Amino acid sequence: MTESRPAGRRLPVTVTVNGVARTADAEPRRTLSDFVRHDLGLTGTHVGCEHGVCGACTVLIDGDPVRSCLVLAVSAQGHDVTTVEGLGQPDTVTELGPVQRAFRDCHALQCGFCTPGFLTTITAGIAENPTPTRDEAVDMIAGNLCRCTGYQNIVEAVLTAARYAAGDDTPGGPAGHGAAGVEH
Amino acid sequence: MATRYFGAPVKRTEDLRLVTGRGRYTDDIGAGSAEGLLTLEAAFLRSPHAHARIVDIDVSDAIEIDGVIAIYTYEDLEGAAAEPLPVLIPHPALHAPRTNHPLAKDVVRHVGEAIVMVVATDRYITEDAVAAIGVSYEFLPPVIGLTAARAAHHLVHPDVPDNVSAHLVQESGDARAAIAAAPHVLEYTLEIERSCSMPLEGKAVRARYDVDDQSLRVYSSTQTSTSVRAAIAAKLGMQLGKVEVIAPDVGGGFGVKIMHPWPEEIMVPFAARQLQRPVKWTEDRREHFISSSHERAQQHEVRVGFDDAGRVLGLDVTFWHDNGAFTPYGIICPIVTSTQLLGPYKPGAYRVEFSSVYTNTVIVTPYRGAGRPQGVFVMERTMDRIAETLGMDRTAVRSANFIQPDEFPYDHGLIFQDGRPLIYDSGNYPDQLTMLKEMIGWDSFDALQAAAAVDGRRLGIGIGCYVEGTGPGPYEGAHIQVQTDGTVDVAIGLTSQGQGHQTVFAQIVADELGVPFEKIRVVTGDTRRFGHAVGTFASRAAVMSGSAVALAARKTRAKALEVAADTLECSADDLQIEDGVVSMKGNPSVSIPLGQVAVLSNPLRYAFDEAAKAATQFARPTDPSVPPVPAGREPGLEGKDYYSPPRSTFASGMHAAIVEIDDETSEIRIEKYCVVHDCGNLINPMIVEGQVHGGVAQGIGGALYEIMAYDEHGQLQNASFMDFLMPYVTEIPQLELGHQQTPSPLNPLGIKGAGEAGVIPVAAVIASAVENALGMRISAMPLNPSLLHGLRAAAAATAVES
Ligand code: FES
Ligand code: FES
Repeated sequence: MTESRPAGRRLPVTVTVNGVARTADAEPRRTLSDFVRHDLGLTGTHVGCEHGVCGACTVLIDGDPVRSCLVLAVSAQGHDVTTVEGLGQPDTVTELGPVQRAFRDCHALQCGFCTPGFLTTITAGIAENPTPTRDEAVDMIAGNLCRCTGYQNIVEAVLTAARYAAGDDTPGGPAGHGAAGVEH
Repeated sequence: MATRYFGAPVKRTEDLRLVTGRGRYTDDIGAGSAEGLLTLEAAFLRSPHAHARIVDIDVSDAIEIDGVIAIYTYEDLEGAAAEPLPVLIPHPALHAPRTNHPLAKDVVRHVGEAIVMVVATDRYITEDAVAAIGVSYEFLPPVIGLTAARAAHHLVHPDVPDNVSAHLVQESGDARAAIAAAPHVLEYTLEIERSCSMPLEGKAVRARYDVDDQSLRVYSSTQTSTSVRAAIAAKLGMQLGKVEVIAPDVGGGFGVKIMHPWPEEIMVPFAARQLQRPVKWTEDRREHFISSSHERAQQHEVRVGFDDAGRVLGLDVTFWHDNGAFTPYGIICPIVTSTQLLGPYKPGAYRVEFSSVYTNTVIVTPYRGAGRPQGVFVMERTMDRIAETLGMDRTAVRSANFIQPDEFPYDHGLIFQDGRPLIYDSGNYPDQLTMLKEMIGWDSFDALQAAAAVDGRRLGIGIGCYVEGTGPGPYEGAHIQVQTDGTVDVAIGLTSQGQGHQTVFAQIVADELGVPFEKIRVVTGDTRRFGHAVGTFASRAAVMSGSAVALAARKTRAKALEVAADTLECSADDLQIEDGVVSMKGNPSVSIPLGQVAVLSNPLRYAFDEAAKAATQFARPTDPSVPPVPAGREPGLEGKDYYSPPRSTFASGMHAAIVEIDDETSEIRIEKYCVVHDCGNLINPMIVEGQVHGGVAQGIGGALYEIMAYDEHGQLQNASFMDFLMPYVTEIPQLELGHQQTPSPLNPLGIKGAGEAGVIPVAAVIASAVENALGMRISAMPLNPSLLHGLRAAAAATAVES
């Protein structure tokens, strides 16, 4: 029996996460999601299935959305990784990134577990297509599962985020009959 | 005029942390810290067989693996932990309750049952070790599905000879006689398959033992932290005061996390205490599929008698409920079906009988809607069949059977899930139907359908109505404390899984206490802050905790006024509280901030902060003949109260949908979906609408895709997100919502619950719409394209033969 960290070969892995170079040791079999969450302590990235279907673990690697549960940490060596923690400044409402702000304004989250994966996916999506139509917004998120919201408000948030990112600050609101959320 | 928060679509306070990655779910606790490095991880060896005797467990190879710290089997359990887990909600009709042990003893009764727990320095190593454990089994015949369970050729528990765990009959009037005497009688069977809650965050438990204090702190992704605490204390033989349980951010529940204690909630704390190291377990998705609970599977036999106007004279329903291998949560689901089946209608007489049966599959506990989708499916199919028989419009048959607005409170003469009489508090069903017909375009649909048919498109319209008992007791409580800086701390024992509790309870406090919303901090599900609670289920949070929060705020307010009145030398009746300031009515210049009232409420002479220093200006010379804390008053500006209702509230609603069926592929596409619902007064319409959206999406999943595909050996064939199909955005139509508000007379805020409403009638609505599109009867759900294709082919073949 040993009290030290595990058996198996461990390699130093260096990735630039949210603009900061970070190094930690990882076994070759360790997933990037576990590496980011448990070795780097960035727990905003969530794991919902560990088999690449739900999208909760999506991070950006060199700007592209990637399922971090399907990537080995060692293969991210030297790459740029953006997690939900890197999408905006966490301190005040106004310093949220555009997608984060749109999610809040449109009530596009409930438990928030799927949310980081949607936020990263949409960030990449509107970088590629800054003026999505409603159908394109649906397409953009068609690979992510949410068990809480029924998606309607997430679609609204994609459209609102695109506007915010383009500098149009007209507040978005939840879909359906509801009045736009009141700020407090 | 101060802003009123109740009823406003206030944006959620929880979102700031959740959208920035600062949420703290159970698996996140300790990550990146020294405690994280010290934390051990657990994994479970789970039965690969549905029914087998454990002959031998060999852990000798596993224990040799570097990093493995401990391995536990049933033999290592002692005291109460070695006893079967509790039956949470016993019922006289549950005559043969059976529960499992935290780790399997001798026999396993479903695939996924935990047999061995491995603790190691890292989850990857625990899994290596699990793979290295050898278990030999002697196979026993598995009982899979309701038909096999009812036949009882084999038994799940040798001492339950017919596999029946519970049998219950309720009757209001003489239904059999009424049916015998009715002008029309129909008889048919209806079936619903298994589905499950499937929150995106699975279950998770983290425990840490404080050696000096001999206490445990446990984090669990649960819907009931207070009860998990009591279970751990009882099972591990600890004083309640030495166990703390916290439900931090929870990634969805939908019912599966109300079940407790899960074996892991006992085993992880057990190991943490024994090893004196933090231990955690985070369920993976496959584990969730094969060891966390499912719901819904039922077979129903229906007999109904009715008159020429479509009035139900007698209804007699017998059904079988698949409770899986054990009954730890009692028989809530079938009780709910048996009573909530009645919906907004008043049959002349009603008789219901159910049997709950054992199968060698995962246990069944409530999943959002809990027994109601099945009951509504039965009743709504009945309405549609009566309409078909009489050639009447389907909505006219419903109208003929509605309880009328002037008939509330309406007593069905049955006993509900909470053990109280099934009495509806309020509602207006005819108005709901009028609203819904307008929204969906019911009266002009025939023309639309005919026009589409000309283009070769098959459209159908369907409707489903429900009444949902919400907010069952027995109680919830709340504690409110005003701090000296004017911030207000609110604690409730109830947990939250994403329903916005932090926001809605702050809205109530802001209004009731007269403080700015931003000054209020709400803590949920933390037994360190509030020890007595029941849990988050049955759409009870807003009704129960919302009412308790209002009552506690009123108490706090009364105390603030009393203390301020002493200081300002006036009567409490002359004072008001607005925006966090107590002032004289009609003379606002005489005022004192609430934070300073908090200082004055506690006659302590230490001025810790600015507020305390400032408050000294108000301190009056004390009368040495009376004690500084007057009799009957406590120091501190706080209030605590409980709300306990006489019985449940009854929310209601109606859904309608237009679907198109692809003639080639039998794909069912939802063209339009409308919802009218009544959950009494709305605290936050934005959040209520979000609940409805999410519920309908789950309902659509349940209606069209979600089944638990067990094979005859009891192996779950679709235990992954690749094979268990949940709706993505592409499967969910844009919803149209209409609100109706008939306040509940039972609670101080006039609210009813909204959490489950969305899911309840969806299967019934889709079945109704598909029947209408194809002119064939739908008797079983869910209905995926291949099933529908088969049904259509069979119908075509019969048509040719005849
Ligand atoms: S956790 Fe990676 S896709 Fe689900
Ligand atoms: S908000 Fe809960 S899973 Fe999407």
